[in-house]
Amino acid sequence: MDYIVSSDILNEGDRIKPRKIKQAIVEIVSDSGEGAQKCGQSFGAISAKMGNGVWTVEIIPAEIQPPARSREGASGIRVRIGSDKVTNMGNHADLVIALNEQVVYGRIRQDAYNGNTLMFIENKWAKSEQETIRQQYSEALLKFKELGIKVVEIPMEEECLKLMPDPRKGKNMWILGLLSYMYDRDIPKAEDQIRRIFKKKTDAVIDLNIKLLHAGYDWARENLPFRYEVTPMDVDNDMVVMNGNEALSMGIMASGIELCSMYPITPATSVSHHLAENFERVGGIVHQAEDEISAIGFAIGASFAGKPAVTVTSGPGLALKTEFIGLAVMAEIPLVIIDVQRGGPSTGLPTKVEQSDLLAAIYGEAGDAPKIVLAAATIEECFHFVVLARKLAESFRTPVILLSDANLATGVQPFPRPKIDPLWLTNPIDQSPWKDGAGPFEWDENTGTSKRPIPGQKGGMYTVTGLAHGKTGKVAYDPEINQASVESRSRKIASFQKSLKPPKINGDPEGDILLVGWGSTLGAIEEAVADARAEGLKVSSLHLRFLFPIVPGLVDIFNRFKKVITVEINYSDTLGHPMITQENRRYAQLAWLLRAKTHMDIDCFSNVYGQPLNPEKVLKMIKSELKIENSEVKG
Amino acid sequence: MLVQTHEYCSVPSQDHDYGMEDYGKGVARWCPGCGGHSILTTVQRVCKDMQYEPEKTVVVSGIGCSGRFPHYMGTYGFHGLHGRAFPVASGVKFRRPDLNVFVVTGDGDCCSIGAAHWVHAIRYNMKMVALLFDNGIYGLTKKQTSPTSPLGTHSNTHPRGSVLPPINPIQTTLGLANVSFVAQTVDWNSAHLYATIRKAAEHPGLAFVRIVQRCPAFMRDLYGDIAVNPKNLILLSHENGINLKPKARKAFGRVIEHDPSNIHKAREHAEINNGIPIGLLYQNTDNARYDEYGAHNLGMGVEEKKQNLECLLDQYTTSNSV
Ligand SMILES: Cc1ncc(C[n+]2csc(CCOP(=O)(O)OP(=O)(O)O)c2C)c(N)n1
Ligand code: SF4
Repeated sequence: MDYIVSSDILNEGDRIKPRKIKQAIVEIVSDSGEGAQKCGQSFGAISAKMGNGVWTVEIIPAEIQPPARSREGASGIRVRIGSDKVTNMGNHADLVIALNEQVVYGRIRQDAYNGNTLMFIENKWAKSEQETIRQQYSEALLKFKELGIKVVEIPMEEECLKLMPDPRKGKNMWILGLLSYMYDRDIPKAEDQIRRIFKKKTDAVIDLNIKLLHAGYDWARENLPFRYEVTPMDVDNDMVVMNGNEALSMGIMASGIELCSMYPITPATSVSHHLAENFERVGGIVHQAEDEISAIGFAIGASFAGKPAVTVTSGPGLALKTEFIGLAVMAEIPLVIIDVQRGGPSTGLPTKVEQSDLLAAIYGEAGDAPKIVLAAATIEECFHFVVLARKLAESFRTPVILLSDANLATGVQPFPRPKIDPLWLTNPIDQSPWKDGAGPFEWDENTGTSKRPIPGQKGGMYTVTGLAHGKTGKVAYDPEINQASVESRSRKIASFQKSLKPPKINGDPEGDILLVGWGSTLGAIEEAVADARAEGLKVSSLHLRFLFPIVPGLVDIFNRFKKVITVEINYSDTLGHPMITQENRRYAQLAWLLRAKTHMDIDCFSNVYGQPLNPEKVLKMIKSELKIENSEVKG
Repeated sequence: MLVQTHEYCSVPSQDHDYGMEDYGKGVARWCPGCGGHSILTTVQRVCKDMQYEPEKTVVVSGIGCSGRFPHYMGTYGFHGLHGRAFPVASGVKFRRPDLNVFVVTGDGDCCSIGAAHWVHAIRYNMKMVALLFDNGIYGLTKKQTSPTSPLGTHSNTHPRGSVLPPINPIQTTLGLANVSFVAQTVDWNSAHLYATIRKAAEHPGLAFVRIVQRCPAFMRDLYGDIAVNPKNLILLSHENGINLKPKARKAFGRVIEHDPSNIHKAREHAEINNGIPIGLLYQNTDNARYDEYGAHNLGMGVEEKKQNLECLLDQYTTSNSV
C-alpha cells in the first residue's frame, strides 16, 4: 500500500500501535438507502461514549431517491471526532469511505476533500459487467488521484458476501468495523450500539450485523498498516449525545409544554417524530394539524386554556403562521414557536442550512407585533432554550420564536446531561377565583406585564380579541387606548431587555476585527478565531442568542474594534459587482439589524451555498480583510 | 335543571343557580332585525338550561358580524381570526374536557377562508357546538358575494349578479369524513332554534348547525318571503330528531318524517330547493372523537413526568453507561 506515509506505521511486533492524533474527520458517502448515515451516527455515538468530542453532519441529496450512482446524489455523513470538544464540521475530510465513485464528485465540488484526504473506495465497480461503469470508475480514480486524494480500493462487497447474499444493507456495519479498528474504538461499545439501533429487529439481524462489524474489524487489522487513536477527554459529568432536533424535542418535554401542534415540514419534522414516540410518556401529546395556520391556532387555543403549547415549523410554515403570531402578540397569549430554518425563499432548499428567517421572525407580522426572538447556537442550547422560551412566554405573556437551523437539526454533539428541575414541569393553570373587578390586561405601568385569566377561573370571564382593546379587554377604538395598549406590549420587550447582560467576547475585548454571529455558526467562527489568534491576528468574536430584544452593550463593544463583520448563512450583496453600490447593497440579516440598532458601519460575510460554514472559509475572510497574502476568498 | 349528557359534560355545582344574566353582557351591536340577536338569546337560554358554569364555557368565533358574538356572552370568549375559529376551539377543547365549547362562524368565515378547517373540524369530531350563521353574504365588509350566496346575487363584488352556484353547507358537511351531527334551523323560529341548539349541546361530538340567518342590511330579499310565510319551511321530524311541541309543529306547511340515522336520506333532503328543510338531518353518536384522544393522558404528576424524562435521558447518556 504505497499511499501510506511511512511515519504512520509504528510497528510493534505484529500489532500496529495506534498513532495519537488530536482529531479526525471521516465521511461515508453512498447512494441513498445504503445505510451510510446509520454507520456514521453509530461511529459518532461510540466515540462520544468513549469520551471524545463529536460533531456529525448529514449529507443529504436534494432528491428523495436520486438515481443510483449520480454525481449530485451523495447521501451520507461527516463525523468529526476530537480529543477536545468539537463544535463544527471542520474543513477537509481526513478519510472518506465511498461506496461508489460517482457520489464523490458532488462532494469534491463542495470542497470537502483536499490533498490530505485518504479515500477508501468500494472496488466492485472495477469488475462490473457494464463496460461504461468500469470506464467511469477508472476515470474517476485517475481524476481523484490528480486532485491529490490518496485512493485505496477496498473489497467491501466481496468481504460482506462471505456473510450475506445481498450486502447492500450490511456493508455499513462492516465499514463500522473497519473504522472501529482504524480509530481504535471500543468493540463492546460498538456491539451495544448495534443492539440499540436494531432493537426493533430480530436477534438474527442483530447477530448478522455484529458479525459484519467483526469482519470489518478483522479485515482492517489484517490489511491496514496503520491505526489511530483519538484520546478521549476526561469527563466527570454524564454526557448525553443527540442531534439538535432530538434536543429540541427533549427540551419541549422538559419545559413542561404539554402540546406540540405541528404540520410536517423538513427539516423540523423529526422533532415531532421524536415527540410522537415519547411525549405521551411524560404527559404530553402531538397534534398533527391540517396545515400550519391551524397548527398554531390550535396551540394558541390550548395555551389560552392554560395548557403550555409549542408549534414547530420551518420557513414556509412560519410564513403561514404570521397572522396568528400577530394575534398572539395582540391578545398576549404565551406560545413557543420553533423555526428550524432551511434554505428559502419559498420551498427553497428544504434540507439545507440557511439563516434567512431572522428578520421574518422579528418583523414578519403586519402591524406592530413585538415579541421575543431567540436563536440556539449549539445542540445543548436547543434543549435549554425551549425551557427558557416557555418561561419567557409565560412571564411576558407573549409568543417567543426560537430559531434553530438545518445544521443543528441533524448535527450530533455530546453535551452535559441536563438536570431537570421539577419546577419546569409545573403547569401555570390557576383556577382560583379571579380578583374581583380586575381586567384581563392590567398592564403594569413599568413593565407592561399583566396577569391573565384562564378559562375555569370564576370571575375572569373575558373575550380574547385581536381588535384594539384596553385593560378591560373590551374592544376599543379610542385613540388614547390604542396608543397605550400598543405601548404596553412594547414595554414588555423593553423590560425584558433590561434584564439581559452584555454578551461575552470570545478573545480580547479590543482588536482589529470583531466577528458577530448567531445560530449554528458558533463553532466554525470560534475555531477560525482561535486559528487566527494563534497566528497573532487581533480578531475576536461575539455570538448573539437574544436577537429581539437585542442584548445591551453592543455599541461599547463594537467601538473597541476597527471593524465589525457579521458572519451568517444568508444572502448579502458583495461589493465589487458593477451593479452593487454602497447605497443599494443589501446586507445580511443580522448586519442589517445591527446597523439599524447601533448606527455603526457593520459589514457582513454571508452566502447561501446551503452548506454549513467551515472554519477555513472564515479564516480566509479574516485574512483577506486584514490584507494578508494567500487569501482569495470565495465565501 | 341538571343534564349530564356525557362524561365530559360539566356537572353544575349545586350552590349555583345560573340565570340568563350570567350569560349575557352588554348590548349586541348588530343591525336591528339581524338574525344574530335571536341566536344570541337562544344560546344564552341553552346555557342557562344546561346550567353551564360561565367560567367553564368558551365561545370561539372568527371574524365577521357573527364574530362579535362572544363579546356579548358572559362566558370566556375568543374572537380570533377570519376563518380560524375551528382550530382555536379545537385547541381549547383538546386538553380541557371540562370546558363547554361553542364555535360561532359566518358563511365566508367557515365556507370560504376557513374551509380547510371546517373539513377537518368535522373529522376531528370534538365535543362542541358549531353554529354557522349563514346570511348568504359578507356582512361586516359590506356586501360582497359569499360562497353561499345564491346564483345571481347582486353584490359589490358581482354587481351584475354572482356567476357560480353556491356551496350547500349541510350537503357538504354530510359528505365529510366522521361527520356525526348535522342540523339546520332558522333564526326566526325561536322554538325550533332553541330545540336545535339544545339538541346540539347534548350531542357527544361536533354538532354542526347551519342557521339560516337574516341580514336585513344587505340581503333583505333573500329570506324575506320565507320568513313571513312559515309554510316555506319543511320540518324534518322524527322521534330521534328535533322535537317541537304539537302547537309549534302546526305552523309548518310541510312535515317530512326523516330518521336522522339515515345518511343517504339526509343527503337527499339536504338538496331540497323548493323550501328550507329544517331539523336534524343526521346524527351518529358512535363516531371516533379526537378530544378523547387528546385527553387520554391528562393529569400526570410532576414526579412521574420527571422520572420518565430521566429514563428518556438515560437512553442518550454516554459515560458510565454500557
Ligand atoms: C385575513 C382576513 N381577510 C379578510 C378579512 C376581512 N373580512 C372580515 S369579515 C369578512 C367576511 C365576513 O363574512 P361572513 O364570514 O359571511 O360573516 P358575516 O359578516 O356575514 O357575519 C372579511 C372578508 C379579515 N378580517 N381577515
Ligand atoms: S350586516 Fe347583516 S349580518 Fe351584519 S349585523 Fe347587520 S344585519 Fe346582521
